[in-house]
Amino acid sequence: MSARGASAQQLARFAVAPSRRRRDRLARAGILAATAIALIPLALIIYYLLRKGLGSWSPSFFSSDPTGNTFFRSASIGGIKSAILGTIEIVALASAISIPVGIGVAVWLVEYGKDGRLASTVRFFIDVLTGVPSIVFGLFIYIVLIVGTGTSYAGYKGSFALGLLMLPVVTRSAEVILLLVPNGLREAALALGAPRWRVIARIVLPTALAGLLTGVLLAVARAAGETAPLLFTAASTLKTNLNLDQFTNSLPVQIYNDVTSPTTAVVNRAWGAALTLVLMIGALNVIARLIAHRSRLS
Amino acid sequence: MSFERPAARVADVEPDDLLNKRGPLGPPQSMPARPQSPPTQPYASGLGTPAGTEPGLSVTLRGLRAFYGANEAVRGVDLEFNANEVTAIIGPSGCGKSTMVRCINRMHEEIPGARAEGKVLLDELDIYDGAVDVVAVRRAIGMVFQKPNPFPTMSVFDNVAAGLRLTMRGRSQGSKAELRAKVEAALRSAGLWDEVADRLGEPGAGLSGGQQQRLCIARSLAVNPEVILMDEPCSALDPIATLKIEELIDQLKRRVTIVIVTHNMQQAARVADRTAFMLDGRLIEVGATQEIFTTPGDPRTEEYVTGKFG
Repeated sequence: MSARGASAQQLARFAVAPSRRRRDRLARAGILAATAIALIPLALIIYYLLRKGLGSWSPSFFSSDPTGNTFFRSASIGGIKSAILGTIEIVALASAISIPVGIGVAVWLVEYGKDGRLASTVRFFIDVLTGVPSIVFGLFIYIVLIVGTGTSYAGYKGSFALGLLMLPVVTRSAEVILLLVPNGLREAALALGAPRWRVIARIVLPTALAGLLTGVLLAVARAAGETAPLLFTAASTLKTNLNLDQFTNSLPVQIYNDVTSPTTAVVNRAWGAALTLVLMIGALNVIARLIAHRSRLS
Repeated sequence: MSFERPAARVADVEPDDLLNKRGPLGPPQSMPARPQSPPTQPYASGLGTPAGTEPGLSVTLRGLRAFYGANEAVRGVDLEFNANEVTAIIGPSGCGKSTMVRCINRMHEEIPGARAEGKVLLDELDIYDGAVDVVAVRRAIGMVFQKPNPFPTMSVFDNVAAGLRLTMRGRSQGSKAELRAKVEAALRSAGLWDEVADRLGEPGAGLSGGQQQRLCIARSLAVNPEVILMDEPCSALDPIATLKIEELIDQLKRRVTIVIVTHNMQQAARVADRTAFMLDGRLIEVGATQEIFTTPGDPRTEEYVTGKFG
């Protein structure tokens, strides 16, 4: 207590009005409730994934291909090896296509196009591309590379569809990161007499590297979970397939196929595959966060 | 190890480098050759090189005007920066000092919408000539910025080497030993060697502000410029770090021409041989520093240097 107490007048002036206290509590409760409502489905998804998915996990679940058997309880239904490897293959090829192109477009937008008319147009179409439903990419590849060429489904066609899906995500995130590179660094390098391409290759890109990796990993994570672009491009198959010119299995498509099965064991395999997929994507997200955390730009 | 100085500057910056072959000029014009100089003494210790052995080049502005879009920031300046002198540019904020200086190494045009008119002569070559390669201009005219800006991904050593690595063609970078020697020489010239000799591998951004600024000076020295432009190089530094930079400027003018923009009039008085006062994009007065501060010819200069405005 201070030596001199506050006068009643002072208290009246500075005291919190009861009505304001009530409004404050109400607003806090409302925000808390909204957060809880948003978290409930997330928690339920994780709970069901773990409860239903863990049951079907076993060493052979990861080491064997699906057998195609859905009728005979006596015979094994197999695991998800071909789906895991197929997803990795398809996404790897999709990344190999979309990451260099996407970062290239971002470099052009930031370092050359800037606010020009062409750059604005490119940005507009990239934004449009971001909003295109993923099944449309699958449909586009289906029309062009399957119907158009009269050939059959193939893993690489799925990669093209996923690559198209990733392209705007990679470009936009890379653009944001490149804009974060302080202009002073570009100026310092230019003032040394460095040609612009060297400034980009030796200063801008290395400085932005961590941020670029984060964006890329998030795009990869997004693509790895997509079903629609693969349904009628890569299709599905039972066998592990290291040749992307063939039908190639993938986790999302296997989950899609398995949940429609009347056999409980096969539906449970879908849960196991879903848990696997979520963990794979979760791991990518964690890595992306760790890298972003270490980034000098964040 | 010394900064090996070719007899003629042309050997350093090849005509191909410098001149755009599609340029309009008939006879190829080359970067002005540095006056013949005897082989330099090795950097045994301390700063700089023996006086007079490494002359810089003069810079002359003729009717220089600079624009940001429609806004005219520099409104016709004629000014000469004598070789191997320190010229300070003073004037209130927004008077066009920085813009003018950025025109000298053609960094002004890096800003979207910015352009410059008039002539900037390096010795006798107009660097705005269509046949002149902007990259070669910047190799000859280095720049130190207001905020120390070492490359954050690079070590102390790599920051200094960056100038060489970024500008030389792949094969002409020389051996590792040569690179090391050049980096050491540049760091010694910037008065930083003794402080960083045992931490060359550490990140350049880990140094103190004053050290970072000297690192940036070392970085620009490493490519052997004839002129160094300093845009308020001490405004982000404490008085002790500032003093070190000022001592350094005094050493460096033996081998380069220095143009320094400053808000600090004491600084101009301490380091500059000549001082130019600018106001509203125009050059009001230029003369010996002593003269500008004691017996200025223009009442506006007097008002500014006595602190009546600005």
